[in-house]
Amino acid sequence: MVKVLLWGSLRQATGGLAEVEVEAANFKQLLDRLAVEYPGLKPQIARGISLSLDGVIYREAWFTEIGPDSEVVLMPYMTGG
Amino acid sequence: MTKIHVSTTINGDAHEFLCAPDETLLDVLRNRLGLTGAKEGCGTGDCGACSVTVNGRLVCSCLVLGAEAEGAEIATIEGMADGDDLHPLQRHFIDGAALQCGVCTPGILVAAKALLEKNPDPTDEELRYWLAGNLCRCTGYDKIIRAVQAAAAEMRGA
Amino acid sequence: MSLDEYRKREFKQVGTRVRRPDGVDKVTGRAMYGADATAPGMLWGRILRSPHAHARIRSIDVSAALALKGVKAVVTAEDFGVPEDDFTRDVQDNCMARGRALYDGHAVAAVAAVDQATARAALKLIKVDYEILPHVTDVDAAMQPGAPVVQEGRVQENVPKGFSDNVTAHFEFGHGDLDAGFAKADKIVERSFKTAATHQGYIEPHACLASVTSDGKADLWCCTQGHFYVRTLCAGILGMEASQLRVTASEIGGGFGGKTTVFIEPVALMLSKKAGRPVKLVMSRDEVFRATGPTVSSSSDIKIGMTKDGRITAAEATLRYQGGAFPCGTTEFGTQAAFAAYDLDAVRTYGWSVMTNRPKEAAYRAPGAPVAIYAVESVVDELCQHFGLDPLDVRLKNAARKGTKSSYGPTFPDIGLVATLEAARAHPHYKAPLGPNQGRGLSCGFWFNFGGNTCVSLNVNTDGTVGITEGNPDIGGSRASISLMAAEELGIPYDNIRTIVADTSSLGYNDVTDGSRVTFAVGLATIKAARDAVRKMCARAAKIWGIDEEAVQWKDGAAVPAGPNAGKFPPMTLAEIAAVSAETGGPIAGHYEVNADGAGVSFGVHLCDVEVDRETGATKVLRYTVFQDAGKAVHPDYVEGQMQGGAVQGIGWALNEEYIYGEDGRLQNPTFLDYRVPVASDLPMIETVILEIPNPGHPYGVRGVGETGIVPPLAALSNAVSHAIGLRMSELPMSPPRILKALGGS
Repeated sequence: MVKVLLWGSLRQATGGLAEVEVEAANFKQLLDRLAVEYPGLKPQIARGISLSLDGVIYREAWFTEIGPDSEVVLMPYMTGG
Repeated sequence: MTKIHVSTTINGDAHEFLCAPDETLLDVLRNRLGLTGAKEGCGTGDCGACSVTVNGRLVCSCLVLGAEAEGAEIATIEGMADGDDLHPLQRHFIDGAALQCGVCTPGILVAAKALLEKNPDPTDEELRYWLAGNLCRCTGYDKIIRAVQAAAAEMRGA
Repeated sequence: MSLDEYRKREFKQVGTRVRRPDGVDKVTGRAMYGADATAPGMLWGRILRSPHAHARIRSIDVSAALALKGVKAVVTAEDFGVPEDDFTRDVQDNCMARGRALYDGHAVAAVAAVDQATARAALKLIKVDYEILPHVTDVDAAMQPGAPVVQEGRVQENVPKGFSDNVTAHFEFGHGDLDAGFAKADKIVERSFKTAATHQGYIEPHACLASVTSDGKADLWCCTQGHFYVRTLCAGILGMEASQLRVTASEIGGGFGGKTTVFIEPVALMLSKKAGRPVKLVMSRDEVFRATGPTVSSSSDIKIGMTKDGRITAAEATLRYQGGAFPCGTTEFGTQAAFAAYDLDAVRTYGWSVMTNRPKEAAYRAPGAPVAIYAVESVVDELCQHFGLDPLDVRLKNAARKGTKSSYGPTFPDIGLVATLEAARAHPHYKAPLGPNQGRGLSCGFWFNFGGNTCVSLNVNTDGTVGITEGNPDIGGSRASISLMAAEELGIPYDNIRTIVADTSSLGYNDVTDGSRVTFAVGLATIKAARDAVRKMCARAAKIWGIDEEAVQWKDGAAVPAGPNAGKFPPMTLAEIAAVSAETGGPIAGHYEVNADGAGVSFGVHLCDVEVDRETGATKVLRYTVFQDAGKAVHPDYVEGQMQGGAVQGIGWALNEEYIYGEDGRLQNPTFLDYRVPVASDLPMIETVILEIPNPGHPYGVRGVGETGIVPPLAALSNAVSHAIGLRMSELPMSPPRILKALGGS
């Protein structure tokens, strides 16, 4: 199981939980499991989500491996100027 | 609209063209003569990207009519280098990284050259006020001031 | 991308100040920008724009314009379909109003004619029947229930009830117990701030040349930060296949984020398609101001608690951003970035995205971050002032560092903030004396930085030189940096390498030049492409020598046998291997494709001294120093250039730049005369201190440097001015009228 930290405004989709646990070994599995277990997250997943894995931000990269002890934080999809 | 026939000298070469009475010198240079080195950044004389000299005087070519070029001597960025030999200002702009995107660069070079012809040894403040009509959005002007001063020093034989 | 890319090494070429490859073209007027191209039979396009802030378009009568001699095509929204996805539809609707004009300057029709004068005359013959609707341009007013609604049906599921439909998104970030934190504070400061919208202010207006042929193929030349993205958007809007639309990026006359989308390109393509001839479309400056890229304007509330020895106990920010007539895309970045510089036990930020009848916001250097950090850094300064504490000491005491749980969630890996703050404290500027009416201000800045999709080809020419093909417009010297990294990796002179920016048919997809990504991501891909070519060259040498590939190494630009067991062969240089490439298996090229991650966040600190003229309200910047971590400065001149340019854009934002709307909702200052960007005489030299704390995610330790520099100036100036006049300023820009008002003058 991977612990996933959500940003505040996503908590309405998880019954108020700031952190949820899902079974996932990579970014793609993580997003898929989140969509199944917390359907309220689907609109944001469709708009785009970045993943911070142990402090490094990944924008897409489905097959980025996530270890059981990794720090996983969801962030809105990032762009720049 | 009846066009006006104009005979002029640009960068030392004789040119003739037809232009509408309300057509700017900038449009003539860019669209009729293929001299696209002068840029239109604003069309209102605020940015200096279209700077050229007419009879030695620095002007925004977007505020000059093509018809006013009759009998005049015009100098543009395309005439600044002597063949393969870059003008010291051009060389120091490259060496000193005084350009980033480069779109203001032709106007700034023309303006700086016009200053150094009048005042070969300007203070930084004189230079900054002279170039106040030439907007640069990339560099913060720091390296531009340094490059012009380096070129001025070289041109003075320092 | 893993965090073990970086290997410490002695650089031979990276870090030197070489001449840029496009330098001569740019100082002689030869460089070709967006408006500099022509094509046989070319027409001139021009766009008619709404004079109203908000109006229903009842009808558009183009018959008189079409009847004008020399007019070859007229385009309105009716010529385009309606894209299914919200995002593409927004982009298209911003290029050409569909049913309603949503802001002053919104395009409603376009013409193509044989010359500019005819095109201008034709616009006057187009009759638009407008029904004027109520409008709103202020962010706070637009949030209120009952405010004129800019667009219906755009509210995301995360917005609580009770607001206007103009409020499209809500964000919350943070951790810890705020109440407990504030209870520990010896002083709590709460203050509200406002910032005006600003424009990126690139000197080159948007320009393009489109040519669509009757067999469905198209070529587009345009000034853009990302021609691959232009292709995606235009192909989507025009219903074309990507393979049939080739986009070539011209030299670009500044972008700063404002050229990361399309405004005129789909219109030019449609005009060309209808006219059957190439069409050139160039914006005027007035159009650039009214219809492209401004930033958000914002209003915000900040609350920070501090102990008397300078420890921040809790921090809270509410940020309201209006992003124009379409859903705002930068609120979340400001909301995440606001407290990024601080190590906080209790922090919460709330962001609100709001629509108004203004042009659609576009990215501008570190989009969203400057106005958030401005407000936070102003309150931190006020607390330091209250306790009589040194503002650098306080920032060091609270600074985010490795292991800090950031205000937006992740735990920071190695970051350079503390080193940057210490460099500022050690600099003579920090201790220099000040005179009357003078003040010193400082601020931290932060930006995330990105990597992204990147594709590079590196071709080894038979004469021993190298050509690099990459796909990111060079916005400030990146071709030089890319060539330098390839020279370093290959071990050949910089002058033997030429890097070009290729069109969309020549490479796989490259993301836009944004997010400070190019030197990081294209650099990384170039290094990997060079390693790919090196591997192939070693294989050729191995064949020639009759030994195993593994027994060949690359050293100082040549293949050499690896150790005594490999056999004794003299080194074979790149040129020698290239010269016989035809005989040994054909051309040699290296390639690399990646969606790069691991860009590494960036921090900066700015110090600034100002003098305020109490009679005129004018602020003079006396001294300015930028401290920023570059990871590794590949070409220090252009790193300094990014730091200086960002700082000066921020100075303009702080002191003068401002979108001013009248009661009628029309933009009152769409010229460089009235929208005042900094000019040479406004400024001192901008001193720079580059720190090099290697980014573990890049082979050479490179970090993006393009954006962070615009973040700190807003608060650095505001804090300096506040100290100079003895009053806390809380609105940007601090233009002379606002300073005089604060001082109680006219």
